[in-house]
Amino acid sequence: MKFGVVVFPGSNCDRDMQYVLGTVMKQQVEMLWHKEHSLRGCDFIVLPGGFSYGDYLRSGAIARFSPIMQEVMEFADKGGFVLGICNGFQILTEAHLLPGVLMHNDSRQFICKNIYMRAETDESLVTSKLNLGQVVQVPIAHGEGKFFADDATLLSLRENNQVLFRYCDAAGNLSDAANPNGATDHIAGICNKGRNVFGMMPHPERAADPVLGNTDGRLILDSILNMVEM
Amino acid sequence: MKFAASITIMPLKALLDPQGKAVTNSMKNLQLPEIENVRIGKHITLEITAGNKEEAREKVDLACKKLLANPIMEGYEFELTEAK
Repeated sequence: MKFGVVVFPGSNCDRDMQYVLGTVMKQQVEMLWHKEHSLRGCDFIVLPGGFSYGDYLRSGAIARFSPIMQEVMEFADKGGFVLGICNGFQILTEAHLLPGVLMHNDSRQFICKNIYMRAETDESLVTSKLNLGQVVQVPIAHGEGKFFADDATLLSLRENNQVLFRYCDAAGNLSDAANPNGATDHIAGICNKGRNVFGMMPHPERAADPVLGNTDGRLILDSILNMVEM
Repeated sequence: MKFAASITIMPLKALLDPQGKAVTNSMKNLQLPEIENVRIGKHITLEITAGNKEEAREKVDLACKKLLANPIMEGYEFELTEAK
């Protein structure tokens, strides 16, 4: 499979993603500079974490108008697969490829720690190697990660089975204590109605190499390779 | 004609504004506990060239809707004056 990792000025998880997809998972990876106008025939596009454009104005707001985002939006409209992680998720909501918005954490603190999250659907590419309700441990690192959407949007997300992950404790229970940023309905990741655009705040690429002591993130990234069989 | 826009963007009232809340709490440290409900937004000024005020208003509104504010969490209002 050929992955494309978009690099915005201020992206800082792009090389981690390149390392995991390329060196660890042995896939072809193209790094796509944000000023480019071609996705170079990639099968799957990743918008990595970081602080694109210094988070000026709002996280993701300026990156959404980068030249390559035009191509990414056309690719997604045609059913192409796109995954945004952390800042990538923020960019996808600003681009209206995903509903809702990521707000300041309730605590007002930047939170960098391992969290647990629960797979809420087995009907999506990125959860295809997980069982429904399976709990995985993956790190988060964000100041603005509180997912928020209005009631009508939340209802639509639930009815269309678009919630990918919810924050939980080690046993898989939802609680305020296990919700690190105050996310509405404990939501950590969602997909669009077409089930080809995915966004999540947690970083699977930071938990995908045995040397780091946690490979739960590999379950999510390996799931993407199921695309070949879809 | 050149116009100046003065834009105020505020977090929606229904939403928690953690920044405002943190500042509200710090008022106690200033011995000003009577200050409450601090909310923090953004103030943006810009200049725009347009044929008339109505055209300028439409374009500033578009800029607010598309980039400067995110209507899911923010509201905006602006004043237009002829630039000197």
